Amino acid sequence: MAAWIFLGVVVLAVMFFVGAYNSLVGLRNRVKNAWSQIDVQLKRRHDLIPNLVETAKGYMTHERETLSAITEARSRAMGAGTVAEKGAAESQLSQALSRFLVSVENYPDLKANQNFLALQEELTSTENKIAFARQSYTDAVNFYNNKIEMFPSNVVAGMFNFRPEAFFEIEEPTQREAPKVSFTR
Amino acid sequence: MFWELIAANRRKSFLLFVGMAALLVTLGYFIGQATMGEGGGNIGIIIAIALWVIMSAASVFGGPDIVLRMSRAKPVTEDVHPQLFNIVEEMKISAGLPAMPKVYIIDEKAPNAFATGLRPEDSAIAVTAGLLTKLNRDELQGVIAHETSHIMNRDVQFLTLASVMLGSIVLISQVFLRGMWFGGGSSKRWRSSKKSEGGGGGGGALVVVAIVLAILGPIFARLLYFSISRNREYLADACAVRLTRYPAGLASALEKISESPLHLEAANQVNAPMFIVAPVQGPKASGWGATHPPIQERIAILRSMSEGAGFLSYQHAAAKVRGKPSMIMPASAIKKDERVAVREAHPDVVREQSEKAQARDVMDLMRAVNGFAFLLCACGLKIKVPPEFTDPQITCTRCGRTNEIPKAQVTEFAEVAAAVGAIVGSQVKTATSDLPFAQPASGAPAGADAPLEYQRRTRGEWESFSCACGHLLQLSPIFSASEVRCPQCTRITRVT
Repeated sequence: MAAWIFLGVVVLAVMFFVGAYNSLVGLRNRVKNAWSQIDVQLKRRHDLIPNLVETAKGYMTHERETLSAITEARSRAMGAGTVAEKGAAESQLSQALSRFLVSVENYPDLKANQNFLALQEELTSTENKIAFARQSYTDAVNFYNNKIEMFPSNVVAGMFNFRPEAFFEIEEPTQREAPKVSFTR
Repeated sequence: MFWELIAANRRKSFLLFVGMAALLVTLGYFIGQATMGEGGGNIGIIIAIALWVIMSAASVFGGPDIVLRMSRAKPVTEDVHPQLFNIVEEMKISAGLPAMPKVYIIDEKAPNAFATGLRPEDSAIAVTAGLLTKLNRDELQGVIAHETSHIMNRDVQFLTLASVMLGSIVLISQVFLRGMWFGGGSSKRWRSSKKSEGGGGGGGALVVVAIVLAILGPIFARLLYFSISRNREYLADACAVRLTRYPAGLASALEKISESPLHLEAANQVNAPMFIVAPVQGPKASGWGATHPPIQERIAILRSMSEGAGFLSYQHAAAKVRGKPSMIMPASAIKKDERVAVREAHPDVVREQSEKAQARDVMDLMRAVNGFAFLLCACGLKIKVPPEFTDPQITCTRCGRTNEIPKAQVTEFAEVAAAVGAIVGSQVKTATSDLPFAQPASGAPAGADAPLEYQRRTRGEWESFSCACGHLLQLSPIFSASEVRCPQCTRITRVT
């Protein structure tokens, strides 16, 4: 009798371990998947910037600094390795881009350039896609990290070395609506 | 975040489905009993189910395609309207759809849109050309988000199956009632012969039950169907706001759509329930028999969302506007502590233009859909070249100049596409193909010494003209300066 009970407990424990392990793997894959969604859009933004700067250069003769800030932020963002580093670098890039889009308002010729308008639409859409992909990434990471910390799945997570994933933090560019004008730069 | 909602929707759909199926079977049984006497009930059930299976199969296998074809929707590629594609992809990411919905454009000036497709993996969104020319980016995003929500919530699947069930119930009832009314004699004779054989006595009562069911069944099923259809519209609005985090976009889109006096030609009885705003406005467009909630109410709810863009905020706004606590979404989908901040408006050029300009835009959009090429004559006339036009030259109908049809158009377009590194709009295509032809083919261009001057034809609209060096210069609607410098040859042209 006791042997049967023991056997039953062992079977239940194994079933629990298998189930918990599989669900953790599934959640981790969801996080990875969500991250790759963001990564695709970040790369896309990096690809758009050289063309954007090239198109704008001819018109924006007084904005050399704004343009070079974008180029610098881009190369820094492309070199970033971890998720946290990327978050910092990309938010700088976002800010540089939003400053740029504000100063575009002063160049009606540039705004009339169809090529530039197409690029601007692409850029806007890519920014939106990054924001939306970031939402689902944050949801996935939240769920996964909670699962790792909570009992009883934390036992399995500890045994098989499941580590919490980092959030992708981007500071929302706020200057888009209210441009800060400074004459000292 | 939407999982609870989708799961709850599935449960609800299933319950409704079971309820309607039970009604159909009961109806079949009683009608069978009433017309065929003893043992006819089972045959009635079999007939009812067979009818339903056939109609379901037809709608499942041919439904989405039929609806799209019926609405004269044309599949379009990205270069026709890059912004539309971008927005659809944004919403696909936001809603977590497994695949990108196919995009269709309907050749109509009346603004409207619908979604179809039984599974999220295989769905389509169709918008009218008028919608694209009337709405700005935020509004278009609101509309697309609404349609994406329908796909995400499996509303199309649900409404298709429910309407098939409703159709079966109505059909069986109608056949039976008409048979009783007109062919009363023959069926009575038939039934009485049966009765004399079996000797059953409950025939009269059964007939009464069958008639009552045949009259009440369709009414009941319709009520159920319409009330759920209306509820799904509110739900799609709520989801759209949650997806875009911008209630004002959808609200002002709905305002623009409902204010349009244009009648949607592509709408009919079958596809009308699928559009974002009911295309048939009139006395039937409100009340219990309407597939859509009153548009003013939907706008009012969106406008009075004061607690952010979450479900709870929509729920509260709906309760306030409708004056009664309403269950638009299942309680399991609402998180009490959910705070979804409303995002900022997209800095967009407000498209204020005349009816005429809008109609012209619609026509140009549809020409782009149909593969027309555009070239700008030096006199300012935009020549539209149909795809089947093969001559190397075309004469401008306004000024009589001879313009060459670009051979290099395709390769040039590919180069620009490579430079942009992505989707390039038809605008770019137009602009680049214009370059070599914008100079007057006949008549001397202004000399280098003479002061260059250009007289604006219209104000408040896009305009382009060629510099003396042949470079195409474009003036935006908001252009207000007195001169333009050509980026290529640095010559200055006075604009008056």
